[in-house]
Amino acid sequence: MNALSILQSADLASLAWGGILFWLGLGFAGLLLQRSRSLVGLILPLGALGGLFMAGMGLSALLLPSSAIVLPIGLPDLPFHLRLDPLSGFFLILLGSASFGVTLYAWGYFKNLAAAPLALLTLWYHLFLAGMATVLLADDAYAFMVAWEVMALSSYFLVTTDHDIPDIRRAGFLYLLIAHVGAVSLLLCFGVLQGGHGAYTFDYMRHAEITPYWASVAFLLALFGFGAKAGLVPMHVWLPEAHPAAPSPVSALMSGVMLKTAIYGLLRVTFDLLSQQFGWWGTLTLGLGLITALYGVIFAAVQSDMKRLLAWSSIENIGIIVAAFGLTLIFYTDGKGALAALTMTALLYHAFNHAFFKGLLFIGTGSVLHATGERRMGHLGGLIRFMPWTAWLTLIGALAIAGLPPLNGFVSEWLLLQAFLLTPGLHQPYLNMVIPVAAASVALAAALAAYVMVKFFGVVFLGNPRDPSLHEAHEAGWRERLGMLWLAAGCVLLGLFPSWVIAWLAPVVQQLTGQTLINDAPSATSWLMLAPVSAQRASYAPLVFFAVVLVTLLLVFVWVRRVYHGRIRRADPWDCGYPEQDARMQDTAEGFGQPIRQIFESFMRVERERPDPFDRNPRYTSASLDKIWFIVYEPIAKLAGWLSNQAGRLQHGRIQWYLIYSFATLIFLLVFVTR
Amino acid sequence: MITGILLQTVQTLLSILLAPLLMGWVNQCRAWLQGRSAPPITQPYRTLRKLFNKDAVIAHSASPLFRFAPYMIFACMALAAGLVPTIANDLPFSPAADVIALVGIFALARVFLALAAMDIGTAFGSLGARREMLVSFLAEPALLMVFFTASLISQSTELPIIVQTLAHKDFVIYPSMAFAAVAFWMVSTAENARIPVDNPTTHLELTMIHEAMILEYSARHLALIEWAVALKLFTYSVLGIALFVPWGIAQRGDFAALPLALVAMLAKLLVGGAALSLQEAVSAKVRLFRAPEFLGTAFLLGVLGMLIHFLLEV
Repeated sequence: MNALSILQSADLASLAWGGILFWLGLGFAGLLLQRSRSLVGLILPLGALGGLFMAGMGLSALLLPSSAIVLPIGLPDLPFHLRLDPLSGFFLILLGSASFGVTLYAWGYFKNLAAAPLALLTLWYHLFLAGMATVLLADDAYAFMVAWEVMALSSYFLVTTDHDIPDIRRAGFLYLLIAHVGAVSLLLCFGVLQGGHGAYTFDYMRHAEITPYWASVAFLLALFGFGAKAGLVPMHVWLPEAHPAAPSPVSALMSGVMLKTAIYGLLRVTFDLLSQQFGWWGTLTLGLGLITALYGVIFAAVQSDMKRLLAWSSIENIGIIVAAFGLTLIFYTDGKGALAALTMTALLYHAFNHAFFKGLLFIGTGSVLHATGERRMGHLGGLIRFMPWTAWLTLIGALAIAGLPPLNGFVSEWLLLQAFLLTPGLHQPYLNMVIPVAAASVALAAALAAYVMVKFFGVVFLGNPRDPSLHEAHEAGWRERLGMLWLAAGCVLLGLFPSWVIAWLAPVVQQLTGQTLINDAPSATSWLMLAPVSAQRASYAPLVFFAVVLVTLLLVFVWVRRVYHGRIRRADPWDCGYPEQDARMQDTAEGFGQPIRQIFESFMRVERERPDPFDRNPRYTSASLDKIWFIVYEPIAKLAGWLSNQAGRLQHGRIQWYLIYSFATLIFLLVFVTR
Repeated sequence: MITGILLQTVQTLLSILLAPLLMGWVNQCRAWLQGRSAPPITQPYRTLRKLFNKDAVIAHSASPLFRFAPYMIFACMALAAGLVPTIANDLPFSPAADVIALVGIFALARVFLALAAMDIGTAFGSLGARREMLVSFLAEPALLMVFFTASLISQSTELPIIVQTLAHKDFVIYPSMAFAAVAFWMVSTAENARIPVDNPTTHLELTMIHEAMILEYSARHLALIEWAVALKLFTYSVLGIALFVPWGIAQRGDFAALPLALVAMLAKLLVGGAALSLQEAVSAKVRLFRAPEFLGTAFLLGVLGMLIHFLLEV
């Protein structure tokens, strides 16, 4: 309590701003210290500590009243406002704790980089972190947009770290383009939100009176803008391109943390800045979220590049989060505050979980990439023998993301499914009908996620190495392992102690929905057992569950060893009488995804290249491409190309014509503007 | 509390010990229906003992995951068996996991089995794993839909409370539960690798699903997996009994009802096992890509059950 009172006297928001300045300072320090490799090497571990500090700030923000500061920077008369309230605090914990693990990992991952490129990388890296933190703290539209742009641009430079590869340049451009289309939409959204006062601080916006019509416009603009950042279908096309292109720690941050800033923005605008909400917003976002979840997981199942698979899986998880958001809105506008609190808890919990397991999986692929130089799953395999640490830690992440008990992914999906089961109380009967179907799609997405993770882990880490060079694969260094260990521990602890996590989430949920869970009365077993509504309704005690699994496991093991024996003989595997088997005959990534491709082919554009029967050197390739790209984006790109060609006709390169243009413009302005 | 824990332990051990017997009964019935002379009902126990006594043969390329998986799968199934009310309803362990967690436990065991199958790196292992995941990604949501229908009726996802509600209302047939029952039967046949989705007695590798995954296992590891498979069939059977024909189960503290409950449960299991063997005797295994259609039907029936609950029963 003493520490708390000290924190209270010092201003939390200023402290958090200090943390941001620390990150900025670290970033620019790299440029100055380029001479000394050892000094530059210290920047990343310091940045990791900064992450821990930010997480601490966020944690105290959950316990203390919100604090605000006005910074003397920005335009004249338009200073930056920062505010640290429970909502910002929660996302700050997410940012800080996930980035701590990822940055520790990055410290090892980039250890072979020379001083100059490392300095440049750490500059963008820390700008990215600082940008995200400022987005979370911003209390006026101006600061928000500036931070949003810093975040987008620095991540663009991180994505294009390997800019000598054309595909990566292309991915980076696509990312930049869609990020800016989204940013324009956000700008318009804030323009609507200020309601004609011309005041852009969030405080004014909260009290601005806007008509229901304009409120809906603002919500839709926010949904588009933040949806483009989060990778909501159909604005998702950049995500599977850009996230895999970045170096793995950056992919981990982008998928694990940056997507959550969009969720933060959506929550901030909908539940804080807008003073009224409508039920149809919830139905719309629920539908969009479910489509995104299913679309993402289906495409994840047919990917053959491991990082791309994870990027698609991020789309799925964002879909689940947005579906939870939609359900929250439905409950909230229906006056079911306590149920809204339940879904909001599930939403925040899943967002937090996703930061940990997706971060873990992405850095796991980073270690594989480092050790083998290979991203295509069809060229990997058997790595559990050469990199056991990476493999087992990644397995924890894979099981967690597949939503298996007792890990963390299960808890948030459990909460969400419980919420679906509580819907019969809703006023609109048609919603009652729709929601079972929605629950079915969430269950389907979760089951498919298990498919995807078996594919991911099985093809990369199990079986025989598909390439002889894999036998030289080396284990990740201790710094990488430390980073992975941190994130894996997060996956386990968040899964085993859900009641504690939910108690921490309570202030955030209270702030957004004005309610807490129905069953928040502390009892003797509440630390052990999760029972969000009542113990009669539903309960889950992961610690008991885990202990019983562990004890049964040990008992069975001891019993088998005691009563029988532990003798083992090694032999060749069963070859069906066909001795010439090799590692290439295992399922490839394409092979493992083939059933899904066959079932869901109508969503994809499958391009196959089949060999000729007489071909001496037969090759078979197949790619499952995103149909939305061809239906939506290509026509837009063609239209944009056509329009710019038409505009290009004005350019002749002859000075007479340009003088005539100027003259005509002048006449036009004189005639029409002077009036 | 002490008696509760005792009852819980006894019931779980009883499930573990009786599970191979149910398997033996199903095999016996099927042999009769097929006009073969049947193996004794205790044959599964003998097979298990034989397997436990053998030396384990493990492929050179097996990783620790491969040796760990059988224990994990067996522990998961034992846990699942402990969660389902078999003869007594109120069990002290049941608040630790509700029906959604039960589905999670089945999924955990399945993922470990699929991963272990991929571990050796033979073509059949990964083929089996892929097919198993294909079957399960439709079966798992369908099972959840069945549970959701039951829990919408009883306003709870706790199995004892669901069973209590369903067993203690006056004899009312819920139309939604009829749909759920059909869906549950279909899911159970798929999840337990029975005909028409998979053939448990096949010796042809190309048509295998479950058997392809455990091709590399031998001796004690195989015994644990076989036992877990028997336990899974047993758990699904008592789960079906508890959800759809729960009458006769002993309520909390009602020790006098226990003997009757045991007899009732055994009788229901005999009928259920005979029905399963009948289904296996009269139908053929479907082509692999018909399996999603089969399970898609189960899934739709489950969703229909929920919709009908909203339409007719609210």
